[in-house]
Amino acid sequence: MKILVSAKRVSDPNAKLAIAKDGKWIEGDVEYILNPFCENAIECALQIAEANEGTETVAIGIGDDETARFIRQGALARGIDRGILVSAEEASIDSDLIARIYQGVVHREKPDIVLLGKQAIDGDSNQVGQLLAEYLGWPQATFASKVEVSGNKAIVTREVDGGLETLEVSLPCVITADLRLNEPRFASLAGIMKAKKKPFDELEIDDLDLEDTDTKVQIVGLSTPSGRKAGVIVKDVTELVQKLRSEARAI
Amino acid sequence: MPLSQDEIAFLANVRRWVERDVAPNVTAWDEAGAFPRALYMKAADVGVLAVGFPESVGGVGGSARLRVALQREICRPGSGGLLAGLFSHGIAAPPIVALGSQEQQSRLLPGILSGDKIAALAVTEPSGGSDVANLRTTAVRDGNIFRVNGQKAFITSGMRADVLTVAVRTGGPGASGVSILIVEGNPKGLTRAPMQKMGWWCSDTAILTFEDVEVPAENLIGELGFGFLGLMQNFNGERLGLAAAAWAFSEECLAEAVDWAQARETFGKTLISRQVVRHQLVEMKMRIEAVRALLYEVAERMDMGEEPVADVCMLKNLATETLEFVAGKCVQILGGSGYIRGGKTERIFRESKVLSIGGGASEILTDLAARQLGW
Ligand SMILES: Cc1cc2nc3c(=O)[nH]c(=O)nc-3n(C[C@H](O)[C@H](O)[C@H](O)COP(=O)(O)OP(=O)(O)OC[C@H]3O[C@@H](n4cnc5c(N)ncnc54)[C@H](O)[C@@H]3O)c2cc1C
Repeated sequence: MKILVSAKRVSDPNAKLAIAKDGKWIEGDVEYILNPFCENAIECALQIAEANEGTETVAIGIGDDETARFIRQGALARGIDRGILVSAEEASIDSDLIARIYQGVVHREKPDIVLLGKQAIDGDSNQVGQLLAEYLGWPQATFASKVEVSGNKAIVTREVDGGLETLEVSLPCVITADLRLNEPRFASLAGIMKAKKKPFDELEIDDLDLEDTDTKVQIVGLSTPSGRKAGVIVKDVTELVQKLRSEARAI
Repeated sequence: MPLSQDEIAFLANVRRWVERDVAPNVTAWDEAGAFPRALYMKAADVGVLAVGFPESVGGVGGSARLRVALQREICRPGSGGLLAGLFSHGIAAPPIVALGSQEQQSRLLPGILSGDKIAALAVTEPSGGSDVANLRTTAVRDGNIFRVNGQKAFITSGMRADVLTVAVRTGGPGASGVSILIVEGNPKGLTRAPMQKMGWWCSDTAILTFEDVEVPAENLIGELGFGFLGLMQNFNGERLGLAAAAWAFSEECLAEAVDWAQARETFGKTLISRQVVRHQLVEMKMRIEAVRALLYEVAERMDMGEEPVADVCMLKNLATETLEFVAGKCVQILGGSGYIRGGKTERIFRESKVLSIGGGASEILTDLAARQLGW
């Protein structure tokens, strides 16, 4: 079996971001982390590989040298077998092009499962897995909180509003990982050092023979949230209840 | 030698692991008197148990600087007990690395470094710890075994250890009569009793009594009478580690005190706005920075292959004295809150003294430094 898994870097949610002068991207000394949902996807791939001997796992990232570092340290160092970087400028690609890039890589690699994070915590688009499944014509199971692979099918439990849904999808398929899928392991120093020696391919978008490389979404502008209004101090519970009822209309 | 990119990435992982799996639990573990045994295996998975051990025995190597930086991460929750217990192999295993045969190393070390086996070092005795060369526990050769009799005290992880590195007297008086034996499992004649302590509650500490305990002769580590040498190999590394811990805990206390001083108002103004408080905070910061600077200098010299014994002694004393000073002052700044269980500063205060006693008591190290300096 072969599993393709995503390794996207995202800006650290704890970092203070500044908006670039053109108002369309972020700038400055941005700290990055591996997208937490990708960490769940990677852990899931490793667990499937550990349970199914002979499974090959491949991590893919789209971006520059920094992204390559996250593929190595976030995926290969944890135990993923090899890495692929598709060079692109992150500011100039959208979910659709990312899905098509994945499609191109899938045509080259022919995996049985593509495991992605359900979304990236910077853009929060939540589209790539779904678009990819559509372009490939493969079944999809998104927001997975449990994945079991047996034979040529996967049983996936999804977290949906008000409960759980269990799907059986035939392979090949696309699965996207939710946070409760697992508890990602950490890469050890030995793992980090080994990762440098693992096979690593760098591709250009042009290498993938995509029919369509247009972006369909453009960022028109970014703005910071407006500052929070100052709170009010109430005298007693009666006043609190009254304000909640008449002003906040919360009760 | 600055830390490599790989090492920095590893330390970031350690920090996340400590934040996620360790820090939220240390107070509960302290109150329960133990951390779960499974934590050893988790720590091994994260890769922290293997740091400082050579690759030939399943470790990942690692400079003194890396060990200091790792210590800093492990100490963030402010629990000395966690550090002592989780890393008791850090003093129990090096003699096996230094003096053990190939066979002994491959039999004993993998289980320890994978976290499956807990290791403890048993040197100190009820009759004394500073004067190691005069230890009294005896091991007498009888065919294929050594018969061990005596008592060990204050042994960290002694209650749970699967592998005990025990210093015994196999020969005449003095250092040249000391050897090291490995006692595995729970042999007949070995009894363990817990000791209740001022701090380090989540780390067990034991009195071990050996009554005619039979230890296979193949568990002699190194040559007969060369045990003292094996123990000495530990000293610089152990003392550097203790100094790093004292530094890290000082920083943790100070951070808590600064936060508190910024938030706490008395007589209509924040504590930190008072000159007397600000100056105390700076006094502490100044001493902590001096410790940090010496710590990294000594670590760097060790990485260049030096064995700066006197400097390590002075460093450990400076670091632990600083911790005692800082922890006391920080409890004072926190006021009554600093005396209530559950916060870092309260715990660190209770755990400051042990660092001035274990791994060579301050007076002993001062005297050793004097002799090393030729005075
Ligand atoms: C929590 C804890 C965990 C420990 N873990 C371990 C462990 O895992 N393994 C282990 O083997 N040991 C362990 N120890 C023991 C520790 O190493 C000893 O306590 C330490 O070496 C001091 O020995 P002692 O307690 O016998 O004190 P003593 O040697 O009796 O000394 C008492 C005091 O007298 C001072 N003193 C002694 N001789 C002189 C002198 N000639 N001149 C001036 N002053 C002197 C000492 O500095 C000290 O202040 C642990 C101790 C504690 C408290």
